This record gives sequence, structure tokens and C-alpha cells, in this order.
Amino acid sequence: MSATAQTPKAAPRGSTAPRARAARLLGDRRLPVLVTAALFIAMYVAGLSRYQNYGFGEPQVFLNLFIDNGYLLVAAIGATFVIMSGGIDLSVGSVIGFTTMFTAWLVERQGLPLLLVVPLALAVGAFGGFLMGYVIHNFEIQPFIVTLAGLFLFRGLCLVISKESISISDASVGTLAQTRVSLGMGELSIGALVALVVLGVACYVLHYTRFGRRVYAIGGNEQSALLMGLPLGGTKIAVYTVSGFCSALAGLLFMLYIQSGDPLHAVGMELDAIAAVVIGGTLLTGGSGYVLGTLFGVLVLGLIKSVITFEGTLSSWWTKIATGVLLCAFILIQRTMTARRKT
Amino acid sequence: MTTTSRRRALTHHHLFWPVAVLIALLLVNVPFTPDFFSINMTDGHLYGSLVSIVLFGSPLILVAVGMTLVIATGGIDLSVGAVVAITGALTCSYISDQADQNTLSAVFLAMGIGLVAAVVCGLWNGFLVARMGIQPIIATLIIMVAGRGVAQLITDGQIITVNSEPYKLIGGGYWLTLPFSVFVVAAVVAVTVALTRRTALGLLVESVGGNAEASRLVGIRSTRIKIMVYMFCALCAGIAGLMISSNTSAADGNNAGLWIELDAILAVVIGGTSLLGGRFSIGGTVVGALVIQTLTTTIYTIGVPTQTNLVFKAAVVIVVCLLQSPKFRAKVFGAKGPKGPQRDTAPVEPAPAADAAPKMEVSR
Repeated sequence: MSATAQTPKAAPRGSTAPRARAARLLGDRRLPVLVTAALFIAMYVAGLSRYQNYGFGEPQVFLNLFIDNGYLLVAAIGATFVIMSGGIDLSVGSVIGFTTMFTAWLVERQGLPLLLVVPLALAVGAFGGFLMGYVIHNFEIQPFIVTLAGLFLFRGLCLVISKESISISDASVGTLAQTRVSLGMGELSIGALVALVVLGVACYVLHYTRFGRRVYAIGGNEQSALLMGLPLGGTKIAVYTVSGFCSALAGLLFMLYIQSGDPLHAVGMELDAIAAVVIGGTLLTGGSGYVLGTLFGVLVLGLIKSVITFEGTLSSWWTKIATGVLLCAFILIQRTMTARRKT
Repeated sequence: MTTTSRRRALTHHHLFWPVAVLIALLLVNVPFTPDFFSINMTDGHLYGSLVSIVLFGSPLILVAVGMTLVIATGGIDLSVGAVVAITGALTCSYISDQADQNTLSAVFLAMGIGLVAAVVCGLWNGFLVARMGIQPIIATLIIMVAGRGVAQLITDGQIITVNSEPYKLIGGGYWLTLPFSVFVVAAVVAVTVALTRRTALGLLVESVGGNAEASRLVGIRSTRIKIMVYMFCALCAGIAGLMISSNTSAADGNNAGLWIELDAILAVVIGGTSLLGGRFSIGGTVVGALVIQTLTTTIYTIGVPTQTNLVFKAAVVIVVCLLQSPKFRAKVFGAKGPKGPQRDTAPVEPAPAADAAPKMEVSR
């Protein structure tokens, strides 16, 4: 908003039009998303030139990004809602782990049909999110601490169900996991399709509905939103419910992807989700960002993993280091942007 | 002073509830382990449940003490677990490279390398938070994510084992009949308390946490104070890292100090330090850390399956936070009444009603 207000100061007497343009560009809310998109393309092109002989250029390699990271995308979308509203949800990874365990236990040990288990798991996740939102709003405890308790609780519940992993041999799960939908140039899994649908729905909800505007408003300035008469509590609780639901859905996709329940599944995935959201250009202070940015954030993280796989010699810890470095870079970009906007 | 007013003074002391919880937890053990409080002497070493609680709780106390000061400035440090892993990895990999792992100078040098790395991590966190003005949760998230990768890089993804007698002393050795780590913890706590309560430093930390901008305007170098506090926190984490790796004689980049940041924050909260910053209690934190360790021990001794440990912890977090929430007290106990059982925490909590909403602003 202040990009234009600031222009006269930055550009005295029309002598430095490029600088003014640069200032306007730096103040643009879309910049972080564009940077991430550009980074993704640059990484992809670099990968193409380096591993062309190893089949990096195949369309399927690109589609595999969605197949291999569908669950992360769904979880990150949930996290986007929370972060957009100015909160944080640390329970994501635990809820994912719990969902894999819960569904595996119900399907394998209790013999319930998948058709019943899926809605049940989603309901449990959403209810968990609702409870956390309820406590956060009604008792004014920091989201950080409440969702931390959620992290402990769901991870603990995983272990209560079983200490060992439960592999899923259920036929319907197997069929679902192996089903591939052909897109002509390649194919997508059911999980990837679900993730894309969630992406579409989230885009619509966050950018085109009243609820979405409220989320932005609360994240932008809670006090103002309250004074404007927005239903603060309802929106906040809804945001955590959405996050809980998305985490549970991500858990189901993860369960499909990996076909087992394990109490140690997805440990620390909340960090991946938060990192994806940040790299996607959503302001951690809330109130600004795009769901599409989160998609690019997830794709960038996914691409790091595929590049490391193609490289072969690089070890898995480089994923963590690269994620950290990227995270750092994007946080600093965000910081310079917000500093600019404030002046 | 009448008895009632004396009793009120006691129950209103900020350490009353944490200590009461600790004692209650300890007493829970007695029906299950009748000789829970007995301490016996074997081979010139003291053994007993109480000793092992302190021994196993030592790294947590250290990390939590550092975390207290960070939280007092209104920040939070999520990277301590990764710092624990990095310190352990560096130290152990240096020691394991030595021809003679028992050389005292080599062990000291190794520990020095580890601690310097820890302090550098703290410097980086402090720089991001204080200079760049990035939210502490996010700034420290970077090392939390990348740090374990770095630790694995140092250990080459392996678990490095060392076989060094002097190094073993820090986390697993005994001195003057007590675990050596107890002395380390006592020294760190004593130095911290002396620095923060016998000098103006504690006041400065609290004023930065209360209002960084205002304290900057009255001439406190809030940036410098914040950076110092993050460095101190990382140093504490580094010492804890030495202790953990020394206790197991191994450095595990992946699992060393896993989730210790969460336990440490929990200990700080149980100890009565508000997450909003501005006030802190080192004593409370030590008690809080002991409560967590005792909880873990209790779960073991009363025969509850260990895997429910985390569920208990979650329950404790929620109960403690609810009791500290002014809004919850108002709704459930009617906090205005003089007999509100949890009123003692009210002075610790600087959260007035209008301002109670957690602020997610970028702090400067």
C-alpha cells in the first residue's frame, strides 16, 4: 500500500524511473510468490540440463512431484489458513501420524470398511482442530502452546494405539493406492488428484468467499477486525478446524502413499508444512499471501528431494540443510518487504 | 502476621504451585515404590530415584534455564534441540578422531569446539531476531530445520561412538558421590541467578521483554541484550548437548535432543514464566523441569505403559496453561474473588485483559 506513497521519496524528480519501478515491485504482495515460482523454474531447468540423460525431462518426473508430495501439499494448505490468520499449528505432523495409525488400526485390526473409516478419520482430525481453536480463542492461550499440546496428545495417542507399525494389506486400500489416472503425457495417483482438488477448493475459499476475507482480516490486524465486527472467535476456531481437517486428509493420503500406519510417521512434518508456506511467500505475521504460493513452496521442497535422488551421491540430510537455507532466504525477503511496507 | 495471612503469603509465592505439583508427583510414587525416597550409597556413589531424576533431568534443566531468559525477552528458541545435536556431533567426531581419546587436552578442545559452534548458532538466532526483526518462532525455526541436517552432515549420518573416560564424566560420571552433571547444572543455575538477580541484567532482560521499544528509548541496548540472551540459551543447549552425548558416549545427529525444545518451553511455562515475556523465574523453571522429569519417572514406576507418556504430557501442558490463563480462571473460579485458588499466578502473568491476545507482530 505504501509503495506508491513512498515513491516520491525514493525517486526525486523523475530522474530515477527504474528505481521507482523497483520500489513498486519490491512492495508488491505478489513478489514472494513470483520469486518462488521463478526459483522453481530455475531449479527445474538446472535439473533438466544436469540430468537430461537420466530422464529428468520426462513429464512423469514433474507429475511425480504431485504424487510424492500430495500429502505435504494438503497439510501445507491447512497450515496456510492458520498462518494467514496470524496463528500457527504445530500439531500437523502428529495428526498425520495419528491418522495413518488410526486408519490402519481400524481397517486392519477392526476390519471396518474403508468407506466408514475415511469420514471417521477426517472427523477426528477436524474435531481435534476445533478443540484446539476453541481453547485458543476462549481462554486466550497462545496458539503455539495449545497446538504443542496437540502435538504431544496426537503423537501419544498414536503410541497408545500401537507401538509397532501396522502395515495395510486391505484390498481396497491397495487398489486405491495403485490406481493411476492417465493425463496423456503421464499419470497421477488418486492422492495427487485429491491434493489438487483441495488446492482448488482452498483457492476458492480463501480468495473468493467471505470466510477467506475474514481470515485475511484477522491476520492483518486482529483488533481492527474485531472493531469491524467480524466474528473473531468463529473464524479463528474455523481456521484451526480447517487445519485439523487438512492434516487428517493429509494423513489419509500419506497412508495411501506409504500403505502402513506407524507411530513415527510424519514426525516433524509440521515444520515442512510451515516451511512450504513461508517459502510460498505467505507472511508469517499473517494477513498476506496466496494458496498458489504454498503450491510452489511444496513443489520447490519436492524438487529438492527429486534433485537429491537424481544426484544419487548427495545424502538425505542435504534436504534438511537446503530447506533451512531456502527458509532463511525467504524469511529475509519477507522481512525486507514488510520493512518497506511499514515505512 | 496472622496465620491466615502467612498462609496466603505462602500460597501466593510464585513457586508455591510448581513445588506443590512436584511434591504431589513425588508422593504419587510412594504407594508403587515404597522405597522411592531412599537413597543408598554404593561404591561411594549415591543411588536412588531422586538422584536419577536429577541426573536424567540435568540436560533439560540446562536448556530450560537458557530458554527462560529468551522467553523473558518475549522470544522463544526452537533451535535448542538442533543445537544439542550439533554440539554433540562436533564434540564426539573430534574426540573419535584422536589417537588417544583419553587425552584431557583433546577432550577440552573438542568441548570447546562444540560450545563455540553452539554459541555461533545462538548469535545467528539473536542476529535474526534482534537485528533483522524476525519473529523468534520463525527465526529459530531455520536452525531447527537445518540444524539436524548439519549434525547429520558432521557425523556423516552415522551414530559416532566415543570411548573417552574424561568425556564420560560430564554426563555419566560421579564426583563427590553425586552425578557430575548435578554440579554442572548447579554451577550454571548459580551463575545465571547471580548474573540476573545480583546485577541489573535480569531487570534489563525483563524490561526488554516488557517493551523492547520503550526500553530502547530509555537507553537500554535492547538489541544487544536480546543477542546475548540467545547466545546464552544456545550455550546452555550446547552444554546439555555435551551431557547427552557424554551420557550415551555417542552422538546421534537425528535423535539427540529431539523435542527437548518443547519440554524446555513446557518447563518454563510450568515454572510460572509467562510466554508473553517481561517476567521470569529461574527457580520456577528448575522446578518445572524437575516436574517434567518426575512425571516421566512416575509414568515408568507406576507401570503405565511408557507410550502414554506423551498423552500425560499433553494433559499437563493444557492444565497448566488453563490455570495460568486469566480468562479461564475468571470463567471457572471467578478470579476476582480473593479465595481463587490459583490467584498466586496472577502477579506473574502480566497479561491485562485488553492486551491478552497473543501478539504475532514482528518485534523490533
